[in-house]
Amino acid sequence: MSPMARTAPVPAATDPAIIRNFCIIAHIDHGKSTLADRMLQYTGVVQSRDMKAQYLDRMDIERERGITIKSQAVRMPWDVDGVSYALNMIDTPGHVDFTYEVSRSLAACEGAVLLVDAAQGIEAQTLANLYLAMENNLTIIPVLNKIDLPAAQPEKYAVELASLIGGDPDDVLRVSGKTGMGVEVLLDKIVRDLPAPVGDPDAPARAMIFDSVYDTYRGVVTYVRVVDGMLHPRERIQMMSTRATHELLEIGVSSPEPTPSKGLGVGEVGYLITGVKDVRLSKVGDTVTNLAKPAADSLPGYADAKPMVFSGLYPLDGTDYPVLRDALEKLMLNDAALVYEPETSAALGFGFRVGFLGLLHLEITRERLEREYNLDLISTAPNVEYEVTLEDKKVVHVTNPSEYPSGKIAEVREPMVSATILAPNEFVGAIMELCQSRRGVMGGMDYLSEDRVEIRYRLPLAEIVFDFFDILKSKTRGYGSLDWKADGEQVADLVKVDIMLQGEQVDAFSAITHRDKAYAYGVMMTGKLRELIPRQQFEVPIQAAIGSRIIARESIRAIRKDVLAKCYGGDISRKRKLLEKQKEGKKRMKMVGRVEVPQEAFIAALTTEESKDKAKK
Amino acid sequence: MPSVLPLGDPAPSDGLLPQQAADGAAERAFGLYVHIPFCAVRCGYCDFNTYTATELGGGASQDAYASTAISEVEFAARALEQSGLPARKLRTVFFGGGTPTLLPAEDLARILRAAIDTWGIEPGAEVTTEANPDSVTPESLQLLADAGFTRVSFGMQSAVPHVLKVLDRTHTPSRVPQVVKWAREAGLAVSLDLIYGTPGESIDDWRFSLETALSYGPDHISAYALIIEDGTKLAAQIRRGEVPEIDDDDHADKYELADRMISDAGLHWYEVSNWSATPEQACRHNLAYWRGDDWWGIGPGAHSHVGGVRWWNVKHPTAYAGRLGSGVSPAAGRETLDAETRRVERVMLEARLASGLAVSTLSDDGRHAVAGLIADGLVVPADAFRGRLVLTLKGRLLADAVVRRILPD
Repeated sequence: MSPMARTAPVPAATDPAIIRNFCIIAHIDHGKSTLADRMLQYTGVVQSRDMKAQYLDRMDIERERGITIKSQAVRMPWDVDGVSYALNMIDTPGHVDFTYEVSRSLAACEGAVLLVDAAQGIEAQTLANLYLAMENNLTIIPVLNKIDLPAAQPEKYAVELASLIGGDPDDVLRVSGKTGMGVEVLLDKIVRDLPAPVGDPDAPARAMIFDSVYDTYRGVVTYVRVVDGMLHPRERIQMMSTRATHELLEIGVSSPEPTPSKGLGVGEVGYLITGVKDVRLSKVGDTVTNLAKPAADSLPGYADAKPMVFSGLYPLDGTDYPVLRDALEKLMLNDAALVYEPETSAALGFGFRVGFLGLLHLEITRERLEREYNLDLISTAPNVEYEVTLEDKKVVHVTNPSEYPSGKIAEVREPMVSATILAPNEFVGAIMELCQSRRGVMGGMDYLSEDRVEIRYRLPLAEIVFDFFDILKSKTRGYGSLDWKADGEQVADLVKVDIMLQGEQVDAFSAITHRDKAYAYGVMMTGKLRELIPRQQFEVPIQAAIGSRIIARESIRAIRKDVLAKCYGGDISRKRKLLEKQKEGKKRMKMVGRVEVPQEAFIAALTTEESKDKAKK
Repeated sequence: MPSVLPLGDPAPSDGLLPQQAADGAAERAFGLYVHIPFCAVRCGYCDFNTYTATELGGGASQDAYASTAISEVEFAARALEQSGLPARKLRTVFFGGGTPTLLPAEDLARILRAAIDTWGIEPGAEVTTEANPDSVTPESLQLLADAGFTRVSFGMQSAVPHVLKVLDRTHTPSRVPQVVKWAREAGLAVSLDLIYGTPGESIDDWRFSLETALSYGPDHISAYALIIEDGTKLAAQIRRGEVPEIDDDDHADKYELADRMISDAGLHWYEVSNWSATPEQACRHNLAYWRGDDWWGIGPGAHSHVGGVRWWNVKHPTAYAGRLGSGVSPAAGRETLDAETRRVERVMLEARLASGLAVSTLSDDGRHAVAGLIADGLVVPADAFRGRLVLTLKGRLLADAVVRRILPD
């Protein structure tokens, strides 16, 4: 047992040899926060008696306010063999769409704690992040958590972890974040096993941004890991990708409260405040250098966030358009990955085409817009970005089916992903069936343990953005987990299917699908609309078409009776009020040609199963 | 009248009307509606303001009801006079319910006499009572005719026993031809009320009811699609799945059948649910509702309209009797319609009539909608070109939708 550090090393004057930078790789409910809390408590960063009052209360506020005030990196002192070390615990984003951000957090560390629930085993996303950490040459400390649970199977999952990273199952640590068992041993092991950071203290300063968050009071708070040289308060810094320069108003470490320091040196992790208001000016992965003495080369690995999934967002009530615009502007301040531009739909009115990193990013954003800005939104079916080459060699990028070119098309390319699915082996058949129906090509399959497999598929992104995860969950009785990353593109036989009501095309329902699936989409959507659209005073044909070729049709019979049989002296006031109500209701109808379509029908037709399940992947 | 009263403004206790009510009153007809809030049994589909005999006591009892009603006649005459309305003779009187004929004929006659004594009556005035085939005799009908009634409307509803049973109607179908004959012998014009679309009624059942009703040679027929009102026994039975749901397409089929058969029998439609043998035999009292004339409604829950002021009495007979007993207006609430609202009502009501609606009543946007209505076959083109909006058969079935289209704003 190591004692709590007596004198914590001072930021800006810390020898890299006593610094340990690590992150915790864990699935969402495998106990990362509890373990982190316990570490804060044992290292004395948060006093035991304040634990609940201070830290957990902060968590509540975080829940209220999203992630903006979250500590992205906490510096903790820890003594081993009479030496005081500085441990930097770096947070990693918790969901599947933020692989790039995860990779930058990992790049800021020398080691990672691989934390796995001893009752559940490793999940696909954790595995993907583990591979990412191993690619970054991080030292991995495997840990089984929740060993106090009756359902824990530490022996079984120790074997699984050992086989994944190599090594002996006996070396897998067993802890309980809840009771604190094994946490001090883990802190010791972090000091002993992880390498110290290495850098050139005399070189021009280079620090990598691994997170950037917007705070209402302080503007953008940028989290960095210093690789070479040193950053000082009041000096001018430069972002190497954008060449933007800023004055460093404040520099410091979180412990866990932000504490200004005299600077940050090699291997240190902390925050920068420059007064900028937009996270786009402080991009994750970028390199910060000193303007007066700039570095020649930026650190490797920088990439612009690239939206993968696009959806039209429209306010249910058209007068909310300015509210939606302002809300997106505000969200953008804190979400460098969010891109949008105004869009008009004949059926849905004014809205925005918004690009997201993935489906979960879409759902989180939509939920925040609805909850924090009190908006009711219609979101169109998610789309990926297609590259369409016309016969005249002109290339068009399509993120909205209504922009799909009508001219002669030479070739369409669609984005691909490589997906990893982990599941008990009894579901292998069902998973293969699902992936094959989604045009997947199998990349390989490995046993993680005797009854758990890792299956790898290359799939079109378009095939997994709709309802894939939902179906995977139901086919594996909830046990299957999924991770994916972008993996190039492929030429595919794709077509646009249009939906027409009484001959009028409804842009919101158009879809780009594989030719083999066009018919199924047409039948599904026309059938759905027939159920959802109320009968009109005339018959309404609903057709699905590829170009001018009709591939599916339904029809809504005309309504024949819409009259109140009795209207005498005592009925007149009531009848007039009913008429007023009906006219109000009509205002909420969207007109498609002469067809009145209730907004509920749009929502229902555009709602897929997956949006009902706020999946934590 | 429906069970739920509208929300409105409070009505003054003296019953006085605003100036607007008196404007132009001399040119408008004046009628009287008398609500009789009693029934022998409550029918499963009925949400009218009505009570069975044993439910009430005091001034609200059946015995005392005629006197209570007459006290509202006196109250009405005073309120109208004090509000500056000119003295007008009654052009139409209508006794509805409930089952008016559940009261002794002498009571109905007494209320009518009081009204005539109060306002006078125009020569050739129409005086109608609704009647249940079970609750009239040759003598009672003769007594009504002698007292000044000119017309009786029998609630026949259906000629098919299993349909009558679902409706909770207790009369035996064979009694209808008998009461029609008695009414004619007493010199009364006869109307028959029919209901179609009752759960379980086949198209052949309905055809049989129509054939039967027409075979009695009525002067007038009203045929209503069954409306399932919230809170009725029938609504609960449908909710519980004990009787099938009603179907609009079935209603449309039956309406078309009714219109064809009734027309073939020589009657003409003059309102969506009403047909008469001659224009003179149309119910002038009901036409007054649809044409925005003035009427005073006597009785608990009764609605009145005078010059764009609508009001409605408290519903419960005991509360009603109590108010009148202490000289206070029985009105529960009222509304004063502005010019635009009166125009909307006029469009809403006159569009239902065979005489149609003057297209000039419509706004520009409303007029523009007429071409579309002609194109959709809902409006008679020849009448539209003459400036009248008259519904086709298809248009009558979609009358509410038509009204929404010609009131676009």
